[in-house]
Amino acid sequence: MKILTANRLSDGEVVWFANGQWVESISQAEIAEDKAAEAALEAAGARGLADNLVVDVDLIDVEIVDGATHPLRLRERIRAAGPTNRNDLGKQARTQHAA
Amino acid sequence: MYRYDEFDHEFVQARVAQFADQVERRLSGELTEDQFKPLRLMNGVYLQLHAYMLRIAIPYGTLHPRQLRMLAHIARTYDKGYGHFTTRQNIQFNWPALSDVPAILADLAQVEMHCIQTSGNCIRNVTADHFAGAAADEVADPRPYAEILRQWSSVHPEFSYLPRKFKIAVTGAERDRAAIKTHDIGLHLKRNEAGELGFAVYVGGGLGRTPMVGKKIRDFLPQEHLLSYVTAILRVYNLHGRRDNKFKARIKILVHETGTEELASWIEAEWQALKDSELKLPEGDVAAIKAYFAPPELPARPEGDDAVRLARLDSRAFSEWLGQNVTTHRNPDYAAVTISLKGIGEAPGDVTDVQMEAVADLAERYAFEEVRVTHEQNLVLPHVARADLKTVYDELVGIGLATANAGFISDIIACPGLDYCALANARSIPVAQQISTRFSSLERQREIGELKLKISGCINACGHHHVGHIGILGVEKKGAELYQITLGGSADENTSVGDIIGRGFGPDEIVDAIETLVETYLAIRSDRSERFLDVYRRVGPAPFKEALYGAEARAA
Repeated sequence: MKILTANRLSDGEVVWFANGQWVESISQAEIAEDKAAEAALEAAGARGLADNLVVDVDLIDVEIVDGATHPLRLRERIRAAGPTNRNDLGKQARTQHAA
Repeated sequence: MYRYDEFDHEFVQARVAQFADQVERRLSGELTEDQFKPLRLMNGVYLQLHAYMLRIAIPYGTLHPRQLRMLAHIARTYDKGYGHFTTRQNIQFNWPALSDVPAILADLAQVEMHCIQTSGNCIRNVTADHFAGAAADEVADPRPYAEILRQWSSVHPEFSYLPRKFKIAVTGAERDRAAIKTHDIGLHLKRNEAGELGFAVYVGGGLGRTPMVGKKIRDFLPQEHLLSYVTAILRVYNLHGRRDNKFKARIKILVHETGTEELASWIEAEWQALKDSELKLPEGDVAAIKAYFAPPELPARPEGDDAVRLARLDSRAFSEWLGQNVTTHRNPDYAAVTISLKGIGEAPGDVTDVQMEAVADLAERYAFEEVRVTHEQNLVLPHVARADLKTVYDELVGIGLATANAGFISDIIACPGLDYCALANARSIPVAQQISTRFSSLERQREIGELKLKISGCINACGHHHVGHIGILGVEKKGAELYQITLGGSADENTSVGDIIGRGFGPDEIVDAIETLVETYLAIRSDRSERFLDVYRRVGPAPFKEALYGAEARAA
C-alpha cells in the first residue's frame, strides 16, 4: 500500500495527494493498493511538480493500523505528526488545538 | 566588531533583491525546481522534513545585541518562536515559508547579516574561538583574520564551485576551543620567537563518513601571507580534489590519498608564485580590520572580588555556576560567561525569541554589546565585570538559562536529527534530552567531571560524534533507529577520532548504555582529576566493552 506525499512549494507544508488535490492531513491521503493505482499517483505527483504546486514528491509505503493510515518509515511518521520532542509543533499541534 | 562599509551594504542589498526576484519567479512558475534549487541553496534556504529551513551566517560566532534582537523578531514574526544555534556557530530557523524568505533577508540586511555561503560547495562561515578577544590564554584575537578570510572568500569567483564545501576555523590560543583540526583548514594564530604574528596551518581535518584529523603543513606562516597561502591551498584542492565521487571530494581525502608531505610540496610550489602578489596583506589593511575588533574599554572594577566572595557565601547555586560557566578573562576584573543552551531535558542549541531578547538586553547592560555563539551550541557574554556576575546570573535564572553544566555530560552537542533533517536516519534531540534527564543531578555531573558527549543522527556527523569523549551515531537498521557508540574522541589541541566500541543500541537501551559507561569510568579512574577521556586513553576500550557487552565482549 502506498500514498503520495510532497512539500507544498509556497511554504514547505507537508501534504499528501487525495482526490485531485493536495491535502494537509495524512488521514485523507488516497491509498494505492495496486500497481495501476500507484502509477496514477505517480502521474499526479509529476503534474503537481510541473504545475509548481509541490516539491520533493515521493510515493511512500503505508499500512492501516486501527483504521488509520500509518507510514512504515519513522521519517514519514515524523513528517505526518511533527518533531517528536515538541508536540506543540507541526500537525500534531493542530490536533491538540482541535481537541 | 566589524561594521559593513558602503560596498558591503550595496552588495547584500543587491543579493536580497536578486533572490526576492528569484523567489517570485519560482512561485509564479517561471523557474522550475531544478533551476531554483541551486539558487535557494546559495541563499541558505534548505527543504527539510516539515518545512523550509533558513540558515543564517554568524561570522566567527560574533553577534551584536541588535542582531540578536532581529533574530528574535524573525523567530516571532516568520517562524515558531525559536531558533536553533548550530555547531557552525550559525543559527537555523526550521519553519519559514519560502514566500517570507525575501522579507526575512531584508530584515537581516538591516542588521548586517545574510545567509550567503551557508550552503553549497564554497567556503562556508569562518569559525573562531568563542572566547576570542577575552580569553586570558590568548596570544591575539583571531577574529580580524577570520574577517579578512570572510571578505576574501565572499563570492570568490575561483572558489564558488569547489569539489565540495570548505570550512576554515581560527584560534588564537594554545588551548584549542575552535576544533581547528576537524576543519578543512585550521589556523592557529601564534607568535614566533621574534614576537611576530603568524599561523600554524593544518589541512585535511574533517568529520563525516571518513573522519580525519588535520595535518600540520606549516609551523609558522607570517600573518601577511595568510591569503596567498590559503589561496594556494584552495587552488591545489580545486585542481586535484575529486569531483567524481561526492563522498571522496573533501580535501581530507586529497590529503590522505596524496600524502601530507607531497601535498604540502604542491601547495608550497603554488604559494611561491603567489606570495609576493597582491594577495600579500598590506599592514595598513590588517590594522584597519583589527581596529574593528579593538577590545572594549574595560573600566577598573576591583570590587568584583569582594562581590563574588559575598555572593558565593549567599548562594550555593551561584557558586556552582561560577565554578562551571565562568571563564578567566585577560582582565582580572572581568570574566567570560557561558550561557548554557542545554537546560536539563531541553533540545540542545534551541532558544526562544524571549530568551534571545533577554540575552541581548544583558549584553547591552553588562557585556559591552557583545554576544558569541559557540560551536558547542551555547552562547557567551565575553566581557562581564566580576562585580556584575551575580546580577547577570540572577537574570539568567529568570529566563531559564543558568544551568551550571558547561563541559559536563548534559552539555551535549546534538544535530537536529530525524525530528527535522531530511538527511537524518535517526533522532538525536530526544536521545540528548533523555541522557540530560537521566543525569539531571548537577551534583552527579560535577562528580563525573568534564565529559563531552556528542550525538549525530546520520553519518554526515553534524553533531561531531567522532570527536566526543562519548560519541553517539544514529543509524537506521531494518527500519528502526540504532545508536552506535564511539569512545575516546576529542576536538581540542589533542584531537582524536573516537573508536567504535561494538554493536549498537536501540532507542530504549542507549541511555542505560551511556550510564554503564559512566559508572565504569567512575569505578576505574585514579582520582577526580582523571577525566573520562584520560581514563579511556590510559586503559583503552576493554573495560568499557566488558561493561557493555559482558561475555559477548570476551568471546569476540
